This record gives sequence, C-alpha cells and structure tokens, in this order.
Amino acid sequence: MQKSFSQKRLQEWIIERCIYMSGIASIIFVCLIFLFLAKEGFSLFKNISIFDFLLGQKWYPISTPPFFGILSLIVGSLYVTLGATVIAVPIGIASAVYISEVAPPRVREILKSGIEVLAAIPSVVLGFIGMMTLVPWVKNTFHLSTGLTAFSGALMLGFMAMPTIVSIAEDALNAVPKRYKEAALALGATRWQSIWRVILPAASSGIVAAVMLGIGRVIGETMAVMMITGNAARIPDNIFQPVRTLTATVAAEMGETVRGSDHYYSLFAIGIVLFIITFCINLIADFAVHRKAK
Amino acid sequence: MVKTVKVQALDLNVRYGTHEVLKALSLEVYGNEILSIIGPSNSGKTTFLRCLNRFNDMYASFHFKGTLTVNGVNIYSDIDVEKLRKKVGMVFALPTVLPMTVLENVAYGLRRHGIKDKNKIAEAVERSLQAAYLWDEVKDRLGEHGMKLSGGQQQRLCLARTLAVDPEIILYDEPCSALDPISTAKIEEAMVRFKEKYTQILVTNNTKQAARVADRTAFFLMGQLVEVDDTRKLFTSPSDRRTDDYISGRFG
Repeated sequence: MQKSFSQKRLQEWIIERCIYMSGIASIIFVCLIFLFLAKEGFSLFKNISIFDFLLGQKWYPISTPPFFGILSLIVGSLYVTLGATVIAVPIGIASAVYISEVAPPRVREILKSGIEVLAAIPSVVLGFIGMMTLVPWVKNTFHLSTGLTAFSGALMLGFMAMPTIVSIAEDALNAVPKRYKEAALALGATRWQSIWRVILPAASSGIVAAVMLGIGRVIGETMAVMMITGNAARIPDNIFQPVRTLTATVAAEMGETVRGSDHYYSLFAIGIVLFIITFCINLIADFAVHRKAK
Repeated sequence: MVKTVKVQALDLNVRYGTHEVLKALSLEVYGNEILSIIGPSNSGKTTFLRCLNRFNDMYASFHFKGTLTVNGVNIYSDIDVEKLRKKVGMVFALPTVLPMTVLENVAYGLRRHGIKDKNKIAEAVERSLQAAYLWDEVKDRLGEHGMKLSGGQQQRLCLARTLAVDPEIILYDEPCSALDPISTAKIEEAMVRFKEKYTQILVTNNTKQAARVADRTAFFLMGQLVEVDDTRKLFTSPSDRRTDDYISGRFG
C-alpha cells in the first residue's frame, strides 16, 4: 500500500515535469531564436550605423562600396501590408458578419468550409496563380509597363489574410450572447441596427485581434509577394510600381551571401526588424483581447 | 367599467417543424390589465408571448396559423415589425443589459427610432428610469457601463429601456426568475403602477407572483388554454381540476 502510494507520487511528479517542460519549451524556443537573430544581426552594426541601416534609401549589398539601407524595403512592406489591409479588413469583417448573423445555416456551412480551404492553400500556389492571372490583369487594366507591382501584391495578400480575419472575427461574433441581439430587436431595432450598434461593438476586441493577426500574416508572408511584387528595391512613387519587401529580400538573397559578411549580417538584421514588427502587432492584438476580458 | 380588447388571439396554432406548441388557442387581453400566464414548462407560455411581438419569426421552423390582432390590426399580416416591437415591448428572464453605458442603454431604442435631440433623449431617459424605480440609484452613474449595476438594477434598467420607446403593451417573460426578493418587489410595484398606462402580460413560473400582481390569470397546459379568469377566482375556486392540481402543487 505504502509503496503504490509513493509510486503514484512519482508518476504524478514525472507527468507534471513533462507538462512543465512542454509548457516552457515555446518560451525557450522564442528566446533562442531571438538570441540567434540578435547575435548575427547586431554584428552588422559594428560596421554600419543603425541609422544608415534603417533610414538609408540605397540597398546595394554587393556593389563596392556596398549600401545597406533598408528604408525602401520597409516602405515596400508597408505599401503591400497597408494595401492588403485596406482590401482584406472590410471584406473580411463583412464576410464574418454575413456568415455569423445573416446567412441561412446551409450557406453558412458552405462558406465556412470555403474559407477553410482558402486558408489551406499554400502561399506558393497562390503566388503562382497570382503571377498567371492577377499580374497580366493588373498590367492590362491599369496600362502599366509591368503588372508586378505593390498593388498586385496587396491584392493577393489581401486574399491570403482574409481567411484569418474571417474565421477569428466570426468566432468573436458568435461569442456575443444571442440575448444582446434579442434585446435590441425587442426595442424595435432592425436586424442591421442590432448588428451595427450592438453586436459589432460587443465583439470589437475579437475583431481587432482578427485584424491584427491578419496583418501579421501579411507582413510575414514571403513566397507570394516575392513572386508578384517585382522586387525592385526602391521607394515607389505610387502603389502601381514594383516594390521589394523585407521578407522577399531575406528569402531571395540568403542563398547568395558569404557567411560572416556584412551582407549576411544585414539579412539577419532585417529579420530582427520583422521580428519586432510582428511582435508589436501581436502585442496590440493581445492588448485588445484582454482589455475587454477585464 | 368598459373593457377594451387590446390583444385578441383566435384559434392560434403554432408549431416548430412538426412539434406542435400551441393548439387552437384563443385568448383576449384587455386594455390596462395585467394578465398573467402560468403553467408548467413546455406549456407554450413563452411561445405565446413571443408571438405577440413576432419574436418567433427568427426561427426557420416556426409555423403560425390563426389570427392575432393588436389594437384590431392583424400582426401576422404585412406590417412593419419594428413598429410593432416599439409598441409591444418585452422584458426578458435574464437581465440583458446592452454592452454600453447606463444612459445609452435607455437611449438605444429612442435613437433607433430616429430621435436625435439630446434634450429629448435626456428627458426620456430620466422619465423612464424614474418610472422603473431606478433613477435615484443611477442618476450619478449614467456614464458607467451598464454591466456594473447589480442584477436587480440591471433588470430595472431593462424595464426602463423598454419604457423609453413608449410602448402600449409590455410583455414579461419570467422577469424576476433571476432576482432577489427585494428587486422582485420593486419590479412588481412598478408593474402595478404601470396599469394606468400600459397593458401588461406576465409569463411566470411563480404562481404566487401571478396571484400578487395579476388582474386575470390564464393557465396553459400542453399548448392549450385550460382556463382564464379573475386571478382571485382562479386561485381560490378554479373551474378545471387540472388548474387546481397545478396551483396547489400536485404537479408541474
């Protein structure tokens, strides 16, 4: 009896430890990734000032002398991200409202699985489709010399961000108690009034989180943007010009750098910039979610 | 005293899919009275109540047959449902404060019906809160989130919200089932005083509450009206045995 008791204790202890290790593993990995990025990335700033890096407009990493200014890349990422956000957020939220509040049950199920399929398409496939269909369309419609533009990238990424936004926003809308809607309707509000004035405000924190995660997805996206934004590292005058994003730069150039060179370190420094941007976005999303929970 | 017929239900048959909820139900509600509806669960009380403001319309499986008139107008004809719901207010079982401030909760209905004048809104808010016996407790808290009020206060806020759009009929769906005795007493006091202005229909599982406030009481069983009579008569000498069994607690 005594022995089986201590055996049980041991078992409990082992299981507890295992769960504990799994729990903190994610934190450890994040720390390790950041340390690695920092170690490689900060080596760049021995030779190049951080202002020249962040605010320099010239990205000529392999000319002599090389220039490592990533402002044009940041602006490129910003153009594509903002464009995608402007496209994806209204459509995504409207679609979530339709699915959760308006659509009849059958249509709802079809739409939901459609969104899931959209989310499951690998980005390289979307990039490929974008190259074949979207890029020529943009070129012809807007009479441009090339369809590989920030606008094409924004359009494509908008569609990639939509499933994230729709499914998370829809969850948030579904979490609003049905009683709210009934209370509004009982006062003589129309269905649209109850959605606009009661349900959407009540779900606002979840919707903000959805938008933020959608934006995070867009900023981090690499493959599709690399294929359809043209990859010209210069600050564009408008959205119908080719741009190069931070992610595409890392992906395209990592294979050609000499390990330990400034070029190599600069790509890691770009990684740090991306890391900080997505970290901030997640922080905002987190803040939005927990503000309401209080 | 001449009684005006405010609500008339003639031969109502309601089913959800194949499930019959109300069977050949006919009932009149008179102006300025409190009619309470009692009966065991699944007797169709709430369904009947929700027919009166067309609240069952949102269920796809809802089927309605019969005639239901409010002020002589058939409400299951082609009418403006939003206007009907303004005229026929509803207070729910659980206090459902909207996620906004106390003031905005009461002003919500007014705004939805196109009233924008700030003074008018402020005046209506005060009047409604006073009528619901809540003004003194919340007059300094109008800017606070409605959820911060206590449960009983929340239910009175819901009542005030319903009054603000100036209804003629108020439907109560077990309004005190989640409240403490003191809050219940306040709601009941308000109801009795409302008789001057409103026609009220009270669905309740609490037969004592029906006995306390209602002028007439209807007993529903399995989707049928067993009997409807003056409250005192129904509780002292019901004409149907099943009513007697229910109110004396032998079933239900």
